[in-house]
Amino acid sequence: MSAGTALRRGRTPWLAGLAVALLVAGVLSWYASASPDGLEWAAGQAGFLDTAEDSAAAGSPLADYQVGGADSRLSGGLAGVAGVAVTLLLAGGLAWALRRRGRDAATPAD
Amino acid sequence: MHVPDGFLDAPTSAATAAVAAAGVALALRGARRELDERTAPLAGLSAAFVFAVQMVNFPVGAGTSGHLMGGVLAAVLVGPWTAALCLTVVLVVQALLFADGGLTAIGTNVTLLGLVAIGVGWGAFRLLAAVLPTTRGGVLAAAGVGAFLSVPVAALAFTGLFALGGVADVALGTVAAAMGGVHALIGLGEAAITVVVLGAVLAVRPDLVHGARALRRATLLAGRPPSVPAGAR
Repeated sequence: MSAGTALRRGRTPWLAGLAVALLVAGVLSWYASASPDGLEWAAGQAGFLDTAEDSAAAGSPLADYQVGGADSRLSGGLAGVAGVAVTLLLAGGLAWALRRRGRDAATPAD
Repeated sequence: MHVPDGFLDAPTSAATAAVAAAGVALALRGARRELDERTAPLAGLSAAFVFAVQMVNFPVGAGTSGHLMGGVLAAVLVGPWTAALCLTVVLVVQALLFADGGLTAIGTNVTLLGLVAIGVGWGAFRLLAAVLPTTRGGVLAAAGVGAFLSVPVAALAFTGLFALGGVADVALGTVAAAMGGVHALIGLGEAAITVVVLGAVLAVRPDLVHGARALRRATLLAGRPPSVPAGAR
């Protein structure tokens, strides 16, 4: 039980969760299937795939999950890590802001 | 299932943007009831995790792939309103920075992956959790079924939007069959990932899991000490 107890304590589970997210986006993503996804496949079957248009964001330095257009393992991993960081900051910041206002507006914290 | 620009006409895209905006406004109110000092960090981590896992397409049969949508996983972890905000952040980051999903389709994608998938999946989770035993297995089974259902339902919701405002003139039955069929398969992957991740979190910090509050009460009533560690904030 001692190892399990250590895993539950303090910051450890948070750091473990973040490490898993970074590993998935930074390393495991390289092994993702390159086949068309369900929507693309269905659009091809039904005959409307050619109505898709390039996104206006297609020129973004992170477009298609690559850094600066380079198509490599490192570039894809860096793009994934950047995405995890941006998402964590935005969603975490939003949740933190809502948490504060919710507590201030309602009854005292439990 | 990220809808690109061009599939749906401008009025339909504008309508889904209005629906998404209304849903997000409601979620901003609802999330205040779900988020406290302990769970706010989990919301950020859940969104980051969903972003990461969405990068990993898994193969489903001949020449097709799918990836986690993550709405039901996030909803069981942090609550449905907060989950809708998490998915909205993920989809906006993907569309703006990674050109994944169209810019005019952001409202469509938030509506489908955020509102529809979470609404249906969370509803199914709550219904099942009410009738299944109040155990870790019961929570995981309910989450798995909710996660599975959320994927083909979102795919059929896209088909409904396509019926209203699809640019191409193709047979709707073909679209519905192809979308529903392949996304039923992808839903199995959604359920598997949801159950594995949720099982891991429940094993380590069950006290943080929004959808396991009944489980916690049952544990307390049974006279066992709560599993909140002394050092946790």
